[in-house]
Amino acid sequence: MTIAVLAVQGDFAEHEDALRSLGADCFEIRQLSDLDRPFDGLVLPGGESTVQGKLLRELGLFEPLKRKIESGLPVFGTCAGLILLADKLSNDDNVYFAALPATVRRNAYGRQLGSFYAEEEFAGLGRIPMTFIRAPFIESVRDGAEVLAEVGGNIVAARKGSVLGIAFHPEVDESRAVHKYFLDMIK
Amino acid sequence: MEKRYELNKNLAQMLKGGVIMDVTTPEQARIAQEAGACAVMALERIPADIRAAGGVSRMSDPAMIKGIQAAVSIPVMAKCRIGHFVEAQLLEAIEIDYIDESEVLSPADDKYHIDKTKFNVPFVCGAKDLGEALRRITEGAAMIRTKGEPGTGDVVQAVRHMRMMQSEIRRLVSMREDELFDAAKLLQVPYELVLYVHENGKLPVVNFAAGGVATPADAALMMQLGAEGVFVGSGIFKSGNPAKRAAAIVKAVTNYTDAKLIAELSENLGEAMVGINEQEIELLMAERGK
Repeated sequence: MTIAVLAVQGDFAEHEDALRSLGADCFEIRQLSDLDRPFDGLVLPGGESTVQGKLLRELGLFEPLKRKIESGLPVFGTCAGLILLADKLSNDDNVYFAALPATVRRNAYGRQLGSFYAEEEFAGLGRIPMTFIRAPFIESVRDGAEVLAEVGGNIVAARKGSVLGIAFHPEVDESRAVHKYFLDMIK
Repeated sequence: MEKRYELNKNLAQMLKGGVIMDVTTPEQARIAQEAGACAVMALERIPADIRAAGGVSRMSDPAMIKGIQAAVSIPVMAKCRIGHFVEAQLLEAIEIDYIDESEVLSPADDKYHIDKTKFNVPFVCGAKDLGEALRRITEGAAMIRTKGEPGTGDVVQAVRHMRMMQSEIRRLVSMREDELFDAAKLLQVPYELVLYVHENGKLPVVNFAAGGVATPADAALMMQLGAEGVFVGSGIFKSGNPAKRAAAIVKAVTNYTDAKLIAELSENLGEAMVGINEQEIELLMAERGK
């Protein structure tokens, strides 16, 4: 199984480490020619969504990736990646791939002093570590999107079909449970 | 506190592959964010102007920093003087995202750096070599950058620091384990950090380049030498077309091995900052704080 990791900015290397430890092959997408290689799934890493969104458009990656996601390519976004996937942002006019029917609030916990660590239930995975870094959360989901985890009453993980959006950073913790969940989605 | 340090190191991980830009006004901050900065450094005067003005240089006016915090959604950093833990407390009080304990400002203490383990907000510190980097990490720094020679537009020192750090890391990796104890003694750092570098071949925190980066090629050079991201200070807002130059540097950092793309990005950027050669300057800021 081959996973493409968007590598225009952010913690893509951590995702690659996690995926490789589970036996998946991965490669980085930094420019249009990288899309020539076939892949079975796409990871959108943590980082700054404004930077990633801008680079996606200016490097010509946005439209081809959007078409792939719309045609059912499994995609997994964490933090900034969740923002790129949401079809509505409550405190920002930008919308990117609009693949997850959910309203997401950017920087929902405030500045870095609001960053935190928690261990909570994730549907089907039990209690897992969750690291939130200047994180968003999901205010609401629609159109059959499924809530997978909540922390303190806020939705922090949701899925609709082949689209998985997570507000925290499983890639920086030891647990590989969420990455395994994504790889299982592809099988 | 252990978790807090992890969270603070994690924020630096999110900045990787990005460009952090010096800004002095909310307007510049918006231009930087629009151009693709992954964070901004809020300061009253950019390093080139600090150098030109001379005199004692201090933490910026909190009102000015708050104006920039209000203007952008990306992380906002600010500088305090080396050893000035009260300036750091003030920056923490206004909920800055990252504090740069910086040699660009006049040092407040010529012996001790800030005990950064006492703070909840993260710190980035400059380092010329591996020993300095690991000493700052011992004091609680959650991110390291080269010192370069701020405000000169001359990349030579950042190159020197990055090469030095990378070669010292390679040297530690190549050592036998029983040689690491002596290496720790010579570097004046804890054995555990030396062991980490030996086993992992990198610093235990994210390592950016800073100082003198003025062109997309400069930024790509630092990335190819092993930087995980780039600070650009005077290079952007001292140039002819800041927005265009900033956007070009952002793209050069993402595709830092693609010479053809970087050549295109380097076309018609307008005037680069004039810069000063290393030999022409009287005050070596990189020598502040070891």
